[in-house]
Amino acid sequence: MDRRILAVLGIVALAAVPQLGLGNYHLHLLITVLIWGFVYTAWSVMGRFGMVSLGHGAFLGVGAYGVTMLWNLLGLSPWLGIVVAVALSMLLALLVGYPCFRFRIVGHYFALVTLALGEVVRLTIVGLREQTGGSLGLTVEGVPGGTSLLAMQFGERASFFYLALLVWLAGLWVWRMVDRSMLRYALEASSEDEDAAASIGISVTRAKLAITMLSAAMTTVGGALYAQYQMYVNPETVAGIGISLQIVFAVIAGGLFTQLGPTVGAVFTLLLAETLRVSFGHDIHGLDGTVYGLLLVLFIIYMPKGITGWLAGRLRPAAAATRPA
Amino acid sequence: MFDTFLLEAIINGVLLGGVLALLALGLNLIFGVIDVVWICYAELVMIGMYTIYWLFVFYGLPLAVAIAAGIAVVAALGVLLHVLVIQPVLGSAPINQLLVTGGVLFFLQASATLAFGIEFRNLGLRMPVVEFGDMFISFARILAFATALVGVLVLWLFLTRTYLGTAIRAISQDREIMPLMGVDARRIYLITSAIGGGMAGVAASLLVLQYDVHPAFGLSFGPITFMVCVMGGLGNMLGGFLAAFVFAQFISVGGYFLHVEWGYVIAFVFFIAMMFVRPKGLFSR
Repeated sequence: MDRRILAVLGIVALAAVPQLGLGNYHLHLLITVLIWGFVYTAWSVMGRFGMVSLGHGAFLGVGAYGVTMLWNLLGLSPWLGIVVAVALSMLLALLVGYPCFRFRIVGHYFALVTLALGEVVRLTIVGLREQTGGSLGLTVEGVPGGTSLLAMQFGERASFFYLALLVWLAGLWVWRMVDRSMLRYALEASSEDEDAAASIGISVTRAKLAITMLSAAMTTVGGALYAQYQMYVNPETVAGIGISLQIVFAVIAGGLFTQLGPTVGAVFTLLLAETLRVSFGHDIHGLDGTVYGLLLVLFIIYMPKGITGWLAGRLRPAAAATRPA
Repeated sequence: MFDTFLLEAIINGVLLGGVLALLALGLNLIFGVIDVVWICYAELVMIGMYTIYWLFVFYGLPLAVAIAAGIAVVAALGVLLHVLVIQPVLGSAPINQLLVTGGVLFFLQASATLAFGIEFRNLGLRMPVVEFGDMFISFARILAFATALVGVLVLWLFLTRTYLGTAIRAISQDREIMPLMGVDARRIYLITSAIGGGMAGVAASLLVLQYDVHPAFGLSFGPITFMVCVMGGLGNMLGGFLAAFVFAQFISVGGYFLHVEWGYVIAFVFFIAMMFVRPKGLFSR
């Protein structure tokens, strides 16, 4: 069957899900998968070119806190708040990214610089405790009645589901656009050999900056959406090293080089967390992390292309062999 | 007017620098020789602290024995980490090697939560405070600083004065040639992992005297250690040593003028800024 028909059928099926009369719990799981699937996709947009950021929590934090604070303190609608936060994030990405790429900070060094960035944002949020509530977090001020399009708050979970679905689809669309662009070839060449790439006329700095700012902007939208959905943000859950590593883990588990890989990663991590929670309850702290950590190690050693990459290799061994890793 | 408290902050910064230097040294040794960054390095320290805490408080062993056992446990963990996790990915992309130890970070942190709970624990020892003029300096910090300096010196002597140390330095300079010269790279890697782990153990024994241990302890010390190493130039031990003191001053003095977090923020921003001025480390040539 044509892939396009398959995709349309899939979207229609997904859009019909809230009409099936699912309980709030299942709808909640779906929304969570969509939001995180979008964030993970945002990370993989740059991660697949060997630019491993361990600091995407920074952009997530700017999105979540930026939008929440603009709404709480100034009453600015999240729809506009997202625009402001995205602009801020892209500026941040530019400020850190430009020197990084200009001076060829790659590999370990790049990962550690981004790690510092994530921590800077987390500590700044904690440090500004007068305004942000510090480690206690911040609650998004609710509107009377619970539903307001202007405030991006929906009493009905189904409405939020459609918003999340749209954003997630937009994320997949961006992924596809990047996948089919010249930028992709430029970045793949740069990740192999920067000198050789530059010698054939690729502006390595510009290409890397473009993809980084794109990824940062998407992550910020994801963070804002997450805050609007949870109605509560906390520096540990939206910024810093913990969440940044969680993003990386989910993408690696799902698959870094396929369109649906990050989403599969989101499904996988969520199912894992929920299964452990349902079977062992909340009382056993740290069980999910133990299993996560172990699996991450096993994935990198035995299945470095993730679930989707492994599946693709199983289904089409010849095609997978010719794809560059 | 001369500010005593500022001077106290500066001295505390120097003392903190000693511990950071020790941490950075172990990480740098491993990076220099095996070319792998142990993202979970501070988690090894945390495990060491728990080991010492457990042996000392629950089994009532003398502190010296508990510390020796703690160092041995972390050294063994370092070897285990290398054999089980690093060896299988030595041939794959460098970034996979970084991420795989990120998995170990999750694992160790969560296992510690599982085993010990999220409570803050300390040895319950009251360390004396040294009074000097109007300043109060914690004895534990002075001890940590002194031990760190001795540790650095011993490592330096080991690397420059012994056959094994020379082999380690040689292999860090040329990974391909040295095996041809009859150096068993696998064995050197194992020894290096043990030494790197052991240094984490020493750091653990110094930190457990000053700080409460809890499962997230690694997260609060880990990032700083990486920053110090990168700022000094990954693998450059002297650079890391000096960078530790620069970094500690930012944290201590910055924390004195503002809130503690701002000390860290300033230090991290300084780190990012320095990456642009000297991408290969402050003291690179």
